[in-house]
Amino acid sequence: MDFLTIIQVLDSTVRLATPLLLACLAGLYSERAGIFDIGLEGKMLAAAFFSAAVAYATGSVWLGLLAGIASSLVLSIIHGLASITFRGNQLISGVAINFLAAGITVLVAQDWFQQGGRTPSLPREARFNPIDLPLSETVADVPILGPIYSELISGHSILVYIAVLAVPLTWWVLYRTRFGLRLRAVGENPAAVDTAGVSVIGLRYAAVMICGVLCGIAGAYLATALQAGFVKDMTAGRGFIALAALIFAKWRPWYALWSTLLFGFLQAIALRYQNIELGNFVIPVQFMDVLPYILTVVILAGFVGRAIPPRAGGEPYVKER
Amino acid sequence: MDKMPQWADIVLIPLISLILAAVLSALVILAIGENPVAAFKLMVEGALMRSAGWGYTLYYATNFMFTGLAVAVAFHARMFNIGGEGQAMLGGLGVALVALYIPWPHWSLAILGATAGAALFGAAWAYIPALLQAKRGSHIVITTIMFNFIAAGLLNYVLVNVLRPKGSMDPASANFPDATKLPTFRDMFSTADNIMFRGAPANVTFFLAIAACVLVWYLIWRTRLGYEIRAFGFSESAARYAGISPVRITVIAMLISGALAGLMSVNTTMGESERLVMNSTEGAGFIGIAVALMGRSHPFGVFLAAILFGFLYQGGAELALWTNIPRELIVVIQALVILFTGALDNMVRMPLEKLFLALRRRNV
Repeated sequence: MDFLTIIQVLDSTVRLATPLLLACLAGLYSERAGIFDIGLEGKMLAAAFFSAAVAYATGSVWLGLLAGIASSLVLSIIHGLASITFRGNQLISGVAINFLAAGITVLVAQDWFQQGGRTPSLPREARFNPIDLPLSETVADVPILGPIYSELISGHSILVYIAVLAVPLTWWVLYRTRFGLRLRAVGENPAAVDTAGVSVIGLRYAAVMICGVLCGIAGAYLATALQAGFVKDMTAGRGFIALAALIFAKWRPWYALWSTLLFGFLQAIALRYQNIELGNFVIPVQFMDVLPYILTVVILAGFVGRAIPPRAGGEPYVKER
Repeated sequence: MDKMPQWADIVLIPLISLILAAVLSALVILAIGENPVAAFKLMVEGALMRSAGWGYTLYYATNFMFTGLAVAVAFHARMFNIGGEGQAMLGGLGVALVALYIPWPHWSLAILGATAGAALFGAAWAYIPALLQAKRGSHIVITTIMFNFIAAGLLNYVLVNVLRPKGSMDPASANFPDATKLPTFRDMFSTADNIMFRGAPANVTFFLAIAACVLVWYLIWRTRLGYEIRAFGFSESAARYAGISPVRITVIAMLISGALAGLMSVNTTMGESERLVMNSTEGAGFIGIAVALMGRSHPFGVFLAAILFGFLYQGGAELALWTNIPRELIVVIQALVILFTGALDNMVRMPLEKLFLALRRRNV
């Protein structure tokens, strides 16, 4: 494998890791506040469709992004209603949201575009296009560092950079602001937060909404940057890989970056090479596909670096009566 | 604390949830420019007015009974088995191995073998998440989700690299021998001059599903193990105090759940496709969640809910055939049923409880 191939694989890693990272951070806010969210997949899917549809209809990818975020937020509100206001089962609500998105997107796509549940292909101006960072042309010829800068770091869409910047931002919000302290507290011991006179319900809704915004960006990235348009079920389990990455990261922002890059790398490898031959031994492509899930189960089992979820996760908060 | 009468809990709440889901679905149909009344008529006609329609409805219902029971048994132990899909896939593998590698003289013996194979493989796939939950505290929902994906990868590998006959491009196993062909409803109920259930895939497995409903009912409400499962689900600490081992109950309940999910594949793999194909489960494992919620985790409720969903599935296929409404409408309805009967249960329950309390006060 030569240097250029490595750069290409890493470049594709960054592209594939971006939606995972955004969805993973989305789940991080929600789960840190004590709201389990297995509906990341559905929110991304809805956002992917509505961003592509609106970008196609208006020709503006930014309006598309807004529409994607709005659709994801609607599903977030449903999740919030079910799991915060009506104290229902958060996991069941997540399952329902995934199905709702899977059904509605195809139904509406068929009604609007009559193309078998997809949007028409987006023209160039209705997509997020790669942006070249300054100097990328000039340094491209510098050995080693030149290609790394101009191929790997430069030349992604704006959403990729937003996703990367969201990591330090999330770290800062969670660990350096009052809101973040309260958010983490509400996921560990909501009664204490309530005693301090801070609204548990308000905080949890805020977390679920932030989750919706990030899932919206993730979905919009899929349909308007990674690919040019929406196709049925285009998230293809990414919401669950993000969930796996979140566990792998033990609910921490910087670790989320590394775990999503790792899972993005696995996807990039599986995409580029089918079966990997190591001497007499062949690693089948299916094994690469399921490796993120196997790793997550191993981590969950706690044999290597045990992952402990936020203590109040999944439990609706009932004020003492 | 005052409670509602039991009939309201069992009948009224699911009914109201169902009506809410139906109203919203009708609005969705209106929004995409179709007529909900005409659509409903078409569904009833296609699924219930002809014997062939019933043949499809009951075929789907058979799948949903198994997966619904699987989710229901886990619910009784207060676990959410979202892995029915993966367990059913592995069950299919069990059926295929039994059917392909054992020379069966007659279908009646083959179905026993297939049942054992499907249950064994399905249970085995539930065993690891159960053990991890019981011994290491890994959340069973997350592990079973992961196991669904791992099952899909495993099945893909086995079909492409092991079971696929030489020269075939299809990722599917060879056709099962003729002796394993299960009698369909057409074979069973047609007379010489009146052919019933023409072309429909419903087969003898339907009766296996009914037997499973009865057995699960007996297990949960009439045996010591069932009592332990319910006690554990009701209060883990109380169960522990009563000497019930949490590890044992978690594992046994999940093994039963996985076996039931696996059994679904007897219907799809041996009864219908007569070979193992890639996507034989078609999401039935997830529909089990809706069925169990709607049926209030009671086998009879599961039976009714499974038939309802069978009707929706067959009716949805008819809609896709004759109108512009895609099959995904059913996915939306399914989502709404899960939402209202599961997650938003309290939204329906709270006002009803208040209403009943107010009525009672007036009577006193």
